[in-house]
Amino acid sequence: MSSATSGYYVPHAARWPIVGSIGLFIFFYGFATWLNQGPFGKEMFFIGVAIVVFMMFGWFGLVAKESESGTYSSQVDTSFRLCMMWFIFSEVMFFAAFFGALYYARIFSGPWLGGVGGGGAEMTNAVLYQGHDYVWPSNGPEDIGGKFQQMGWFGLPLINTLLLLTSGLTCTFAHHAIRVGKRTPFILWLFATVALGFLFVGLQAYEYYHAYNDLNLKLTSGIYGSTFFLLTGFHGFHVTMGAIILLVVMLRATRKHFSADNHFAFEAAAWYWHFVDVVWLGLFIFVYLL
Amino acid sequence: MSYNDVTHHAADDQDHDHDHAEHGPAPGLMRWVTTTNHKDIGTLYLWFSLIMFFIGGAMALVIRAELFQPGIQIVDPMFFNSMTTMHAIVMIFGVVMPAFVGLANWMIPMMIGAPDMALPRLNNWSFWIMPFAFTIMLATLFMDSGGPAGGWTLYPPLVLQMGDSFAFVIFAIHFLGISSVMGSINIVATIFNMRPPGMTFMKMPMFVWTWLITAYLLIATIPVFAGAVTMLLTDRFFGTSFFSAAGGGDPVMFQHIFWFFGHPEVYILILPAFGIVSSIIPTFARKPLFGYDSMVYATASIAFLSFIVWAHHMFTTGMPLAGELFFMFSTMMISVPTGVKVFNWVATMWRGSMTFETPMLFAIGFVIMFTVGGLSGLMLAITPADIQYHDTYFVVAHFHYVLVPGAIYSLMAATYYWMPKWTGNMYDEKLGKMHFWISTIFVNVLFFPMHFVGLAGMPRRIPDYSLQFADWNMIATIGAFGFGFSQLMFVYIIFKCVRGGDKATSEVWEGARGLEWTVASPAPYHTFETAPVIEPATVTR
Repeated sequence: MSSATSGYYVPHAARWPIVGSIGLFIFFYGFATWLNQGPFGKEMFFIGVAIVVFMMFGWFGLVAKESESGTYSSQVDTSFRLCMMWFIFSEVMFFAAFFGALYYARIFSGPWLGGVGGGGAEMTNAVLYQGHDYVWPSNGPEDIGGKFQQMGWFGLPLINTLLLLTSGLTCTFAHHAIRVGKRTPFILWLFATVALGFLFVGLQAYEYYHAYNDLNLKLTSGIYGSTFFLLTGFHGFHVTMGAIILLVVMLRATRKHFSADNHFAFEAAAWYWHFVDVVWLGLFIFVYLL
Repeated sequence: MSYNDVTHHAADDQDHDHDHAEHGPAPGLMRWVTTTNHKDIGTLYLWFSLIMFFIGGAMALVIRAELFQPGIQIVDPMFFNSMTTMHAIVMIFGVVMPAFVGLANWMIPMMIGAPDMALPRLNNWSFWIMPFAFTIMLATLFMDSGGPAGGWTLYPPLVLQMGDSFAFVIFAIHFLGISSVMGSINIVATIFNMRPPGMTFMKMPMFVWTWLITAYLLIATIPVFAGAVTMLLTDRFFGTSFFSAAGGGDPVMFQHIFWFFGHPEVYILILPAFGIVSSIIPTFARKPLFGYDSMVYATASIAFLSFIVWAHHMFTTGMPLAGELFFMFSTMMISVPTGVKVFNWVATMWRGSMTFETPMLFAIGFVIMFTVGGLSGLMLAITPADIQYHDTYFVVAHFHYVLVPGAIYSLMAATYYWMPKWTGNMYDEKLGKMHFWISTIFVNVLFFPMHFVGLAGMPRRIPDYSLQFADWNMIATIGAFGFGFSQLMFVYIIFKCVRGGDKATSEVWEGARGLEWTVASPAPYHTFETAPVIEPATVTR
């Protein structure tokens, strides 16, 4: 089916991409229909998700098989590295949009709403909200979502920070183990990393429960609730993805995949893991601490 | 040493003789669905964008037909608004971007001497998302609520008042974004990792350089756009307050996030065009590109500056004075590297042995008319003046000059320039020249009067206008229909060329330089399976 050309592997006849396109099409179309309360929206949404998951099993399974059978030269390996690196950069830019929204609201548009500023920027205050005093955390001059309390940094968020930082360490220990070919410690350290990751997600879920029930802090709590939940929510989603990726790497390791000099799937997962770690540090500082 | 003296490792050639049998394309329709070949995928992208060009063009003609006379004539205002919105979305995301990606697919591996793109399966997926995403996008036109009608910039709060099509448009944008990011990562990996030994960065053709930089613009900004539309989605359906002052957010915040993507986006639409023109002009002037190094640095400077000029789209929204000044001066600064480029193209032609085949005509047309658009851009950069021009037809004239006789002309130039390499046949030169001249006359009849009605105060995106604008609008509409229908000639020329014509040599053009002209015409299904040997003296650009 496929042939190596000048050492660089160019696969023929890729069947998974079209499956992915169909899956994403059904997913997006279904999601939009669901949001509009149209017919079969929810069903299409889940069918789409199922097809995409199926595609990922198939596509990644194929790549894992090819990798283990030695199809990839070091040049192909470099392509994978470049691809992962710039994919992570694109993810950084996705988070940058939400961090940007947070900074803009806190530094610029919030004070303007409170009547501070010049050049016409404070006009909304003069025309609509005279007397509104802007203080962060804010849910706006119309108190959208009702009175709420801010999520403190001490307690759960601090514990979560320590959990993620520790998981970064265990991930690095796993890397050291595989680099000298020690499979059992590799698997165990990976297990620790995955466990810490899921523990983080669990505590994050508990924090949300606490926010909704004790603090009246909701997604609908004005700009504070919007930035808080979308930033931590997308981060939590990325932690979940990262933990699943590491879990898959761990399961592959138990099937004797990877060696001291061929384990890029793990390294890619580790890069991704450190990326979610760094995003969390940004969140901890700008969402919780300041 | 002549540039087509590229030699191969003899030993490597022998190694590969055994698998030549399976090197042709697979038979049947599934060839196109499952292909991983960069030439096949490039072809798919190019056909897709040609089809979308006529869909987006038909929408433009609906707009111009309505504006032929003042008053509501043909379509109701809501449909008019969804035509202006969809025309922009289709032309940007469905025509210019995929056409450039198609050219990147076809040409970059051949220009740098690589066997294929770095990640062939991903490449297939990048294309095969496009038809599905645009199915969602275009389907909104047939929904009860009508298509998106708030303009392609999707400003809240207006866009949040849209009907059912809103969620579909948002997800179609997410879907297209996945394709763009994967496609550009692939291009970055190809350019970094697939160059054979000796093909240094400064030996790469300008088209490769401009695409490398464009790919970075895409990777950096498309996710920001995804974030912006995600916030729109949650504001509409999940009760967040990003863009609502009542909840402490700000509608203008959307404009900042959007244009942080949107301004680099307009350079995404023009940098590869610079690369194309920088390939064509040296060929027909029979001189190497003047100031290659400065071209590379100018491209990089434009890309960098594109990240710090976004708020010049928002001078009228109410910004602190420091902001208005900063964005005015940073915007004006872009004219420096752009000027470097224009002067380099002119200097390349200076005292060259010029001939004026169709690609060269389109390239020269590009240089002249893109500069017209660039100069009106400079006028718009001046904050106090822009407050007068904002949202008038002057802005429409400006960006159509840089996009139609700019980006679209570069695509036509590229098609005529490389079509003999793709098909092995020469196109009909006489028809090509006619296509150029008819297009150029009509495109100016179409867009030049928009400067006048704009400066006189005609607002954009409104189906009706006051009587004093009637004459120029009628003329613009005549130009629009002339330009639109003359593009049927383009399609005819392409079909004629695909079906036959004078056989092209491998070099095709007398003054052509670069590796793509060392392989046969039509280019074999696989090229540079063994890396070409690039000596310091080998001409690669």
